[in-house]
Amino acid sequence: MKRGSLFLNGSALFGFVFLYAPIISLIIYSFNESKLVTVWGGWSIKWYAALFQNEQIINATLLSFKIAAISATLAVVLGTMAGFVLSRMGRFRGKTILSGWVTAPLIMPDVITGLSLLLLFVALESMFGWPAGRGTGTIIIAHTTFCLAYVAVVVQSRLASLDETLEEAAMDLGAKPSSLFFLITLPLIAPAIVSGWLLSFTLSLDDLVIASFVSGPGNSTLPMVIFSKVRLGVSPEVNALATLMILVVAIAVIAAIFIMHRQNRYKISQ
Amino acid sequence: MPTSPQIDPSKLNSPASWRDPEAKPFVQIEQISKKFGAFTAVDSVSLDIYKNELFCLLGGSGSGKSTLLRMLAGFDKPTSGRILIDGVDMSNIEPWKRPVNMMFQSYALFPHLSVEANVAFGLRREGVRSQEVKQRVAEMLDMVQLGHLAKRKPFMLSGGQRQRVALARALIKRPKLLLLDEPLGALDKKLREETQFELINLQDELGITFIVVTHDQEEAMTLATRIGVMNQGQIAQIAEPHQVYECPNSRFVAEFIGNVNMFEGTVMSEDSDSVTVHSPDMDNLIKIDKEHATGCAPTQSVCVAIRPEKMRISRDPMDGNTNTTSGIVTDYAYMGSQSIYKVRLHSGKEVRVTLPNAIRDMGDRLTWDDSVYLSWDSESGVVLTS
Amino acid sequence: MNNITPYVGKGAMAVRLVHRIKAMNWGRMAVILTPTLWLAVFFFIPFLVVFKISLAESAIAVPPYSPLFEWNPEEAYATLKITFGNYLFLFESRFYLDAYLSSIRIAAISTFITLVIAFPIAYLIAKSSRTRRTLLLSLVILPFWTSFLLRVYAWMGLLKKNGVVNEFLMGLGITDHPLIMLQTDFAVYVGIVYTYLPFMILPLYTTLEKMDLALLEAAKDLGAKPYQAFFLVTLPLAIPGIVAGCLLVFIPAVGEFVIPALLGGSDTLMIGRVLWDEFFLNRDWPMASAVATVMLIVLVGPIMFIRSRNKQEDAP
Repeated sequence: MKRGSLFLNGSALFGFVFLYAPIISLIIYSFNESKLVTVWGGWSIKWYAALFQNEQIINATLLSFKIAAISATLAVVLGTMAGFVLSRMGRFRGKTILSGWVTAPLIMPDVITGLSLLLLFVALESMFGWPAGRGTGTIIIAHTTFCLAYVAVVVQSRLASLDETLEEAAMDLGAKPSSLFFLITLPLIAPAIVSGWLLSFTLSLDDLVIASFVSGPGNSTLPMVIFSKVRLGVSPEVNALATLMILVVAIAVIAAIFIMHRQNRYKISQ
Repeated sequence: MPTSPQIDPSKLNSPASWRDPEAKPFVQIEQISKKFGAFTAVDSVSLDIYKNELFCLLGGSGSGKSTLLRMLAGFDKPTSGRILIDGVDMSNIEPWKRPVNMMFQSYALFPHLSVEANVAFGLRREGVRSQEVKQRVAEMLDMVQLGHLAKRKPFMLSGGQRQRVALARALIKRPKLLLLDEPLGALDKKLREETQFELINLQDELGITFIVVTHDQEEAMTLATRIGVMNQGQIAQIAEPHQVYECPNSRFVAEFIGNVNMFEGTVMSEDSDSVTVHSPDMDNLIKIDKEHATGCAPTQSVCVAIRPEKMRISRDPMDGNTNTTSGIVTDYAYMGSQSIYKVRLHSGKEVRVTLPNAIRDMGDRLTWDDSVYLSWDSESGVVLTS
Repeated sequence: MNNITPYVGKGAMAVRLVHRIKAMNWGRMAVILTPTLWLAVFFFIPFLVVFKISLAESAIAVPPYSPLFEWNPEEAYATLKITFGNYLFLFESRFYLDAYLSSIRIAAISTFITLVIAFPIAYLIAKSSRTRRTLLLSLVILPFWTSFLLRVYAWMGLLKKNGVVNEFLMGLGITDHPLIMLQTDFAVYVGIVYTYLPFMILPLYTTLEKMDLALLEAAKDLGAKPYQAFFLVTLPLAIPGIVAGCLLVFIPAVGEFVIPALLGGSDTLMIGRVLWDEFFLNRDWPMASAVATVMLIVLVGPIMFIRSRNKQEDAP
């Protein structure tokens, strides 16, 4: 028994070290004075200063944030609809197809999604003249599409765990389907919608492959800039950037845990 | 709200509309069926419920009682048949337009709304002015003694308090019909007993027709004006509580409600005031008063049901040559208010006898392996033909 | 009832249509159709376009492929021009076949390693107390929220010739010269395992958490040694989670691009990378489309499997 739990704890410890060592090393080396990234030259914040003077990175960051915010918002609207349709609208023709289309983007390799969307945009442009050229708009459409799937899954699972009698009770007390959705369902799935939005935002901010396919010239997102920089080797500026992004994520996750905590109090009450 | 178990005697004496053949039923359920795929949850049930009734649908899980209730509320659409409430056909009326409210088994309190907002929800949907909403909510909360908790969220309440919020929320729209799905199921035993009487009083006070679904026979007995016993999607018997217990119409109802001893046998003879049945389990014949032996004729195979508390047990032989038999005590349990004996008859059949512990006598008790005689009155048994 | 209106000629059909339109619930229709149409246009139709273009020829034009229909203005008819040349080339050349096989091999091996590492972690989490469980789960999910690209990039710094791992190994005296790890298949395995570990842990945890611990106690009570209890009870019961986790890792790993591009060597052959190069370097869109189509066909089996599993779970 003792030996068993020693093995378990040991391998779990190894697993967590494995998960966190790269992140921690990124953070530490972002404060390295030396330009040779692996040679420790003492503490310094000069790479952060360099980062804030790098116009290319700043522009790409702004563009990526803009795309991520718009895509996440669109994805939340469409994904909530899809999740709601799948779990609350009973049977209808095409339900199987819709649920297939919602699940597949989650595991579809990015290269396929990216290539297929690009070819679609090219075909649409030659047939209808829209979208005229590729850039921010086409990236937003592409990101909305795959983020929609994540939101739909999160919303669907939240709805599945939600006591359906709450919605029946509202109907029983005279709420029409529309007011039922906005007064009862929406507030109760709000945590799922918030986490769906955050997830979409992160995924959009992170996407390299799909954006590379569907973006046009002069529309480099942050991952595209990072990729072109690091492809040639380790870059201290990217380390600094990574540290900042990890910080943002850490704050967001703490906020999310706080929201989930509140949500759990509701669950206990049921 | 008075919590004493006394019920206003004048109300008890008021004429029971269900006994009046002229009375117009308030809820008419006509030949209603509900199928889920190949499974028939409710199988052509017809049922009339009268104004001011507290009707209990009693049955085990899967008996169709909850489905019937959900069809009344409008959550499930009947496969065939229809429901009329106060003369209006409900078939095409959506749940949010029905003059019916429901108290859910889980209470279904909206977790994101305060007690006050939960109770006000129905009135707000009707477009009642906010001043009036405020006033009516306050009155209703006072009535269920929750005025001081108005601002709380449901998760901050105890089980009993939640139950009363659910009740207040369902009552505030003054529905013509209140549906209650296992209203006391989530409460502990003691609270349940208190609440039963509160419910009865409330129903009397408000004059709303109640339909209660429950699997708990004691609850049904206490609450109901009439009970509908359900089995496999059908109504097995509709009767007043004491009739369901004393005069069950089938083996199913007799065995479902309380404990019962069954003797299978053949009808031997029939005269003007009694029926005689021969059972191979008995030392001699069983005699049953005619009024408890309807629908049988000589040579027919029947069952005779006798409740354990209606049997007498003694070491000494009993008088008379009917309704007596003998056996050996095989099991004995002291339960405080009563004692239970299991007696094996000569045929090998075991019967159950309960004896109230009326006197604090610890002396000469019947015990294991005692030879005993059993007897009962001819008015105690019931002949069951199905 | 509109659906029993007898069918008598066109007039009746029109009446029936009007009935149907009246009976429709427009709000419901709109809610169903909006996401469905979006996904149809931007998820499903693109695959048809990919397939169509895979049947075209590469051309020096904008866009760089031959049209599927050639319009002949003099005789006013269109010729359908399709070619299976791309597919033929795909199967004839060792290069593409090797790329597919090597992708599947790398994905399969990484999936197995991920499973071995994930299982004890998932098991430990499932067995932990409530508060500890939340903490450990958050720790597993947290890296998933930070940039995938940056996490893969972090391994470049760790695995370099003079990187942290080599320093560490040499400091411990395990090796006296730096090991070449970056730009090898080994680095690709590390990258895939690292990136997809949470995708394996979560489904495993979900199944293990549902498992009644009394079952193990019962097995031990009946005389099973711990390892026997594991192989006879825990493992069989965890199979749904194992299958789900493996597919969630395997499918995206097959088409992975970033990991082989950053961590792999020039000889690390993975199909995602081949597709990328075909598209961005050779600008051969029809060939890239053919590569994508075949990859999709390879993955359609496992994807459908996941779908049918989800459906079973949805069913009451």
